[in-house]
Amino acid sequence: MTAEIVVENVSFVYPDGTHALADVDLQIPRGHRIAIVGQNGSGKSTLVRHFNGLLRPTTGRILLDGLDTVGVHVAHLASRVGLAFQNPDRQIFAGRVKAEVAFGPRNIGMAQVEVEQAVYAALEAVGLTGQADTNPYDLGYSRRKLLALASVLAMRTPIVLLDEPTTGQDARGVARVQKIVSDLADTGRTVIGISHDMRFVAESFERVVVMRAGRIILDGTPSEVFARESWDALASTYLEPPLPARIGVRAGVGSTPTDALLVEALSQRKVAAS
Amino acid sequence: MSASTPAPRLSLRDVSYGYVGTSANVLQGIDLELAEGRIVGVVGPNEAGKSTLCLVAAGLAPLAIGGRLDGTVEQDGVDTRTLSAGDLGQRVGILFQNPVTQLSGTSVTVYEEIAFGPRNLGLPLGEVATRVEWAADLVGVRDLLPRDPARLSGGQAQLVALGSVLALRPGTLVLDEPTSQLDPLGTRLVGDALADLAAETGTAILMVEHKTDLLARMADEVVVLVDGKIAKSGPAAEVLADPALPALGVEPPSDVRLRAALAEAGISFDASWGPAWGVQAAVGARE
Repeated sequence: MTAEIVVENVSFVYPDGTHALADVDLQIPRGHRIAIVGQNGSGKSTLVRHFNGLLRPTTGRILLDGLDTVGVHVAHLASRVGLAFQNPDRQIFAGRVKAEVAFGPRNIGMAQVEVEQAVYAALEAVGLTGQADTNPYDLGYSRRKLLALASVLAMRTPIVLLDEPTTGQDARGVARVQKIVSDLADTGRTVIGISHDMRFVAESFERVVVMRAGRIILDGTPSEVFARESWDALASTYLEPPLPARIGVRAGVGSTPTDALLVEALSQRKVAAS
Repeated sequence: MSASTPAPRLSLRDVSYGYVGTSANVLQGIDLELAEGRIVGVVGPNEAGKSTLCLVAAGLAPLAIGGRLDGTVEQDGVDTRTLSAGDLGQRVGILFQNPVTQLSGTSVTVYEEIAFGPRNLGLPLGEVATRVEWAADLVGVRDLLPRDPARLSGGQAQLVALGSVLALRPGTLVLDEPTSQLDPLGTRLVGDALADLAAETGTAILMVEHKTDLLARMADEVVVLVDGKIAKSGPAAEVLADPALPALGVEPPSDVRLRAALAEAGISFDASWGPAWGVQAAVGARE
């Protein structure tokens, strides 16, 4: 069976001549939680903008459910792939929170009853039910980001792209985003996240793709990508493994990219030693 | 320090503030002092009033956006309410949370963007060029100087916005999440550059930051803002290790979290596993 998203030898050059992607090959099966990481300007946002047709490859192909996106209208792609922008202000335009969230689902032809349910569920997920009638610009930046995320969730697309969803969020906001990612995965949706927050990446995603200068340089599970052998490659794209991965190596228990994995490995060693 | 102690760079005494058209105050009874060369980090949950504190500390509220200000905000001992926008702009520089808000939108190159402020100060051309290059080097964007500011990635735009504030060389910097869109080593580069700037030029820095790992590395003091009030303040190491932080909606630094998780499992932290912050190899790999 073909993967849900197939990126075939894709290169992309912006009109000003910036080469943003070079020979990218990537397969994303349905229902996967995949994080895309890499230094600023490495091509992460450019790559995901190809998945919903905002950008079209200069060379190469993007297949969505086996169909080349070149022949597919952006409006159709919008019902398949939802994208929450890095900068919420590029996305928000309505006068009330409720209307903002309802716009997407209505636009893709969802029935009114379903729109209301979808809006309510999305606001609930991001914790903004109390602000349904607020003007989006009376919300602080962190809540505007959550609002932009709700607008995408409400469209109930099979594929959800999150560009830096934890930026500007406090501890509770990050926990909310983590729950949203796991809930989406539980309902069989594909979640593609871009993030500089390596702890969030290691805790919430099952696969990590590392980019540098428009190319994929590492692709594997968090334990593989944050293992000692990968540190030099990570550093070359301005990343470093999360703290528990570094401590795990120093403590001699292997690659343990999350607090929970490190505690588990150290506990097992303790039991084995006693 | 001279015989007579100079006035602090920034001082807020019993400051309360409410926006235009609202009755409730967003900030309540804030006391805060920032001496020359000091870095104070501000943490707190969303909607605690952190960005408002930045606007008030920089004098933009009420000067530019109105609202009610009670108490006193002073830059170098001068009440900000007596300063014109031009005077204020030379004493304190503010970096907004969203870099796209900051960029002028009128410049065709990053060079022009960073030069915009110094030019507005009426500086001679040579001095403008010196400042642009100095600021660009400090935040590591020299290779972006010929680029179109509208075509930068989020992180690049944030670095350019910070560079354009630094080029004004204000005595006080107010930074609202200056590294939010930066990659981890970019975050560290900017953190180190700001720490060096404070140490070498005496610039005082007030910075809102969710990345407590970064504050643990560079801040002298940390203030926890909750519901518009200061819930805790003190030396950075002390405040950031406070077990009450998560309950206040603040993520503790990675090592504090990890130590707590280990302690809960009955495992003691072995000193040979440290230092907690950073991989030296990774720093070395940066050109």
